[in-house]
Amino acid sequence: MEKRSLKTPKRVTLFCGHYGSGKTNLAVNYALYLRARGLEVGIGDLDVVNPYFRTADSKKELEEAGVRVIALPYANSSVDLPSLPPEAYALVEDRRRYAVIDVGGDDRGAYALGRYTPYILEENDYENLCVVNFMRPLTRTAKEAYAVLREIEAAGGVPFTAIVHNTNLGAETTPQTVMSAEKEALKLSELSGLPVLFTSADEKIANQIPGAFPLRLQRRPFE
Amino acid sequence: MAEKVLMKGNEAIAEAAIRAGCLHYFGYPITPQTELAAYMAKRMPKIGGVFLQAESEVAAINMVYGVASTGKRVMTSSSSPGVSLKQEGISYIAGADLPALIVNVQRGGPGLGGIQPSQSDYFQATKGGGHGDYHLIVLTPSSVQEMADLTALAFDLADKYRMPAMLLADGTMGQMMEPVVLPGESHATVEKPWAVTGTEGKRKHNVVNSLYLVPDELEKTNFERFERYAYIEENEARYESYMMEDAEYCLVAFGIAARVSKNAVVALRAKGIRAGLIRPITVWPFPKKPIAEAAGKVRVFVSVELSMGQMIEDVRLSENCKKPVYLCNRAGGKIPNPGEIIACVEKIAKGGDV
Repeated sequence: MEKRSLKTPKRVTLFCGHYGSGKTNLAVNYALYLRARGLEVGIGDLDVVNPYFRTADSKKELEEAGVRVIALPYANSSVDLPSLPPEAYALVEDRRRYAVIDVGGDDRGAYALGRYTPYILEENDYENLCVVNFMRPLTRTAKEAYAVLREIEAAGGVPFTAIVHNTNLGAETTPQTVMSAEKEALKLSELSGLPVLFTSADEKIANQIPGAFPLRLQRRPFE
Repeated sequence: MAEKVLMKGNEAIAEAAIRAGCLHYFGYPITPQTELAAYMAKRMPKIGGVFLQAESEVAAINMVYGVASTGKRVMTSSSSPGVSLKQEGISYIAGADLPALIVNVQRGGPGLGGIQPSQSDYFQATKGGGHGDYHLIVLTPSSVQEMADLTALAFDLADKYRMPAMLLADGTMGQMMEPVVLPGESHATVEKPWAVTGTEGKRKHNVVNSLYLVPDELEKTNFERFERYAYIEENEARYESYMMEDAEYCLVAFGIAARVSKNAVVALRAKGIRAGLIRPITVWPFPKKPIAEAAGKVRVFVSVELSMGQMIEDVRLSENCKKPVYLCNRAGGKIPNPGEIIACVEKIAKGGDV
């Protein structure tokens, strides 16, 4: 199996996965991570499933860091109109810039990816990451997560290349929550033949988990 | 103890309903409750249940009416505009004395309004909504855990009193993700001799209907139903009391407004202002007694709402004009932040009007 890590990013990185698995937080943090390493980065929000909790929630922070943000025209406008922006083609066509793409949840979300799939496959310099949280009720086991993984792959048309293990219980996450699910992530790796590229966790606890990628989480507006 | 999982409020309702033995769901998609229907669509076919996306909200509620008449646990869910469409059917279900669960994940209105959270369907939920003299048992969750727990309770109460129950949530409750311990499996434990299940030639057939052409009979059913309602008002009002022991300023709030109010109570106490909170968990029956008791002790009441002031009327009726009742509110999809509630109470404390 090819040895890959965070240190060798592909030109395009896709975050797909089950609804509520943490794709948006991961995409935002990963784009900032690439930018902090001096790379030119664009982030695209292709989530046509959920009108709330979006990449655009972090627009100011991303743009201040120098990340180009391509969001749905009506993101966070309270207009529940899932249309894709024409600028989204820049993510796949402009090869001078690294692209991080936040795809909507489940197979329904991945359908929106389909129109960009030919470009992504043709360029063939992508990482398609399957984000998994084993504390979500419909992906409690590797077997359930694997079924969802295959549904998403079939809908989006881009083969997965690796798994991101993002098990968490929201504000109640402990290092133990994450680490005790690692064996399930390895099982998913066996079932799918995909490597676990990295484990991610809230920055407040990430330093207690060996090798974890720290996430600065979006805050809920009413807290 | 059962293990925690991370769920959206909408998903927690769906899973809790399935665990309560509800194998029949009829709905029509609308933001911000769509995850509930999506979850049912995924789960029901795997467990031998029925998920049906009806052609409209009106069709969905009438499908609920049909299944409810067989005595099976059944539910529908929607958000404000969709729940308005269901009102005729809800009145029929109440008029036929059938148990069912209706979920309203409220959004801003009136009209098509917006997709942000609101509590402005309070009147509709508690004072009728549809035509005729009837009530729903209305439960108001304030966390994802309560989205699950109150769903199970709603089915039990609906069965027990043979009447529809409503879970009155809002967009934030539906959308937020929190750890939740799912309730265990349960099912209806009350006998339903009235159910339309086929006579097998062994008994007289049951009739489920809300039509009474003889006024005396219709009057009798109304009086009998209201005897039941009186019993429920006496026995089923639920609430949470928070820091009320020595409170001078009594906030009254439910759902998301109660969560924000709790933070405000803590912050006000840190400033030396003795605030407390009464959180109705049922808004019909409304927890009149704790409010009436508080009226003898507190200086003022502050009704905190995501509406132009609807629950405030029940607060006033309950405290019986003993103390002033103020309104602290946002509307149209906006949520008051703790700072706004604190400022409101501080202004009252200084003798100002709000």
